[in-house]
Amino acid sequence: MNAAYLHLPVALIFAPALLSVINRIKALFAGRTGPPLLQPYYDLAKLLKKGAVYSRTTTWVFRMNPIIGLSAVLVALAFIPFAGSVAVLATKGDIFILAYVLGLARFFLIIAALDAGSSFEGMGASREAQFSALTEPAFLVGLAAVSRATGGLSLSEMYGALSFQTWMSIGPIVLLVAAAFLIVLLTENARIPVDDPNTHLELTMIHEVMVLDYSGPDLAMIFYASALKLWIFGSLLVGLVLPIHGANLWLDALAAYGGMVIMAVCVGVIESCMARLRLLRIPQLLVAASSLSILAFLLLLR
Amino acid sequence: MSLPHAARVRNSQAIRLDHIPIHPVEEFREFVIRSLEDGARLSALYGIPGSDDTVRLLAVLTNGLNGEISLTRTDVHESYPAITQNAPQAHWFEREITEQCAVKPQGHPWLKPIRFQRKNPSHPDGWQQNESPSIFPGVTNFFRVEGDEVHEVAVGPVHAGIIEPGHFRFQCHGENVFHLEISLGYQHRGVERALIGGPNKKTLSFMETLAGDTTVGHSLAYCQLFEGLASLTAPPRAQSLRGIALELERLANHVGDLGALAGDIGFLPTLSYCGRIRGDILNMTAVLCGSRLGRRLVRPGGVWFDLEPSTVTHLISWLDEVMLDLRNAVRLLWNTPSVMARFEETGTVSKQDCRKLGLVGVAARACGVEQDVRFEFPTGIYRFAQIPVSTWHSGDVFARAHVRWMEIQRSAEFMRDQLENLPKGEIMTPIRTFSPNTLVVSLIEGWRGEICHIAMTDENGTFAHYKIVDPSFHNWMGLALAMRNQQISDFPLCNKSFNLSYCGHDL
Repeated sequence: MNAAYLHLPVALIFAPALLSVINRIKALFAGRTGPPLLQPYYDLAKLLKKGAVYSRTTTWVFRMNPIIGLSAVLVALAFIPFAGSVAVLATKGDIFILAYVLGLARFFLIIAALDAGSSFEGMGASREAQFSALTEPAFLVGLAAVSRATGGLSLSEMYGALSFQTWMSIGPIVLLVAAAFLIVLLTENARIPVDDPNTHLELTMIHEVMVLDYSGPDLAMIFYASALKLWIFGSLLVGLVLPIHGANLWLDALAAYGGMVIMAVCVGVIESCMARLRLLRIPQLLVAASSLSILAFLLLLR
Repeated sequence: MSLPHAARVRNSQAIRLDHIPIHPVEEFREFVIRSLEDGARLSALYGIPGSDDTVRLLAVLTNGLNGEISLTRTDVHESYPAITQNAPQAHWFEREITEQCAVKPQGHPWLKPIRFQRKNPSHPDGWQQNESPSIFPGVTNFFRVEGDEVHEVAVGPVHAGIIEPGHFRFQCHGENVFHLEISLGYQHRGVERALIGGPNKKTLSFMETLAGDTTVGHSLAYCQLFEGLASLTAPPRAQSLRGIALELERLANHVGDLGALAGDIGFLPTLSYCGRIRGDILNMTAVLCGSRLGRRLVRPGGVWFDLEPSTVTHLISWLDEVMLDLRNAVRLLWNTPSVMARFEETGTVSKQDCRKLGLVGVAARACGVEQDVRFEFPTGIYRFAQIPVSTWHSGDVFARAHVRWMEIQRSAEFMRDQLENLPKGEIMTPIRTFSPNTLVVSLIEGWRGEICHIAMTDENGTFAHYKIVDPSFHNWMGLALAMRNQQISDFPLCNKSFNLSYCGHDL
């Protein structure tokens, strides 16, 4: 049996736990105990029990967004290879499916935010549109570089072909792409230095402000979808940096899950050690990420 | 032309009312404008409604160079030529006069309510809104920028954080702020009116709750004023303890602010450490008087609580420990490039604008203006133990943070010094009745800036009028100005760097 059928439910169950790891690390740096490891699950359970409140100014777009967002992320997850296994829905050119399924989720998130009609959400939507337009080249060109290096045409082929040999032969290029992917991961998941997931200040928010009007099960879906999104970008990064597979199914899995935890720890450390960037500076960071990807791609064209 | 005569007093020195000259309004205006041009500051300008429709205006001009306070008065009816066009410092004060006394300053460029109160329910007010039965906060003509790409963002009065209510209107072009208008008044309780006829049992409680974070500052300003009116002097030990309490309050709030500034930019370490250290400092205040906020510590004639010698040594070692931790926590701020990138060149106020607007306290010192009541108009312990004025030249968020840090260090040195050399003796003197028909201006450098209390007694020696000017009253306009051409996402940071009081402003 393909190991991907095992990895998929594990992702569905443990994705919120990554947030716990990040929060624990942040608490450690702040000298606090931090929330219980199961806190995200408690939050989800609490939200699911509640009713939803809708503003009278909103339309069906607003109500559809959590459902579309969650389904899009679920579909995207099915294309993600994990621990060297072939993804459930792996197919040639699934890079584009992945990019555009996530794009669809973002499109609905943005128009739903505009639908709510609040000036805060409008600002958040405009920021999200601007920043995601700038992360897309970094992500796609980075994947193109991996594809070029490995000769694979689907994500599973590409990631399956990566190994420690790749590090030995084209290490600097892998490093460039990994750096670009890390910035993409932080941006896409609304983490510091791009966005602050803990802030209560509406005027500074990007992602959080767009979901201000959601409550109850809708909020739970959005929350869960963002946890899965962290898992998606996390596995793409970990698969690139720690291409350990082929030896033993269990050892491969152990390395990959360990890698995910290390990734969450890194995100937590980054959040604890630096302040948010000024909003004007974020595009510069994202353009830098794109440049890294493009440089990696050009180096492979020699 | 020589300046018209004005009465000159020192901080908290009593003066008989009939010694304050009353000038025709032109001369009064001339005097105020000329003094402000010569470098004085407008600490207060307010009206006292008379029995008929006469309103008596009183201007309190403070000159830091010689430590003198000039007082001058005039009588006006219905309207008078506004001072604001010539001296922007008067802006907020003249709006207050219109609101409280129904007198219109002619030619005032921005005549709108500031607290949305009325002189009294039956009286027509300055905005001719007497048809409507009540006046609601936040209902006024907001300044509006028109244009295709301009959008308006309204924030508050209910905020996402646990803060006081206030309404902010931004006129934005994309992320850029053209203009910010601040509309307050949600916390108006009518304190000044309630104080008339006092002092009584409630008076001290009103003072302690004027602005909850400035309990010691306001109650000290009141007690100093009380002692001026009753010709008392607090014993040296009490003065020293008052100084310690005032500096503890400054320390606690400055530490809290540095932490909150770090929190606003998502920098966790300093946020967490400062939160804990602020708690320690509040606990030190509790050791002093049993209340973490310093309530019931300062009283007319002295202080309520004395310090045991063992507590003094305990406090000294505690203070040293706290400062050690704090030094590490704050050093992280200055040594992290991503923090400095956010602080520097954000929300800049020029020295020129600062002087024009008459900013006070940390905000003014961060623009390089050497202005500190403890230095310019010293009273109590500050006459003997001077604290150097901490200034920085850049006028941005970094300057306001850095001035706070310098003040923390100097306050800690001062407290250590006071605790080690605490004078012996009594902690209170018996209080006496007030002299009739007298006025006292009492200035205190609270942690936010200059606190000004002015009281007038009637022929029975009770308060005929009581005026409170919280530092926030001077500084809100500074925040509005600091936001011009800034990113709207930097507003929380700028706001925190000023950290103004809503209830202290609304009274």
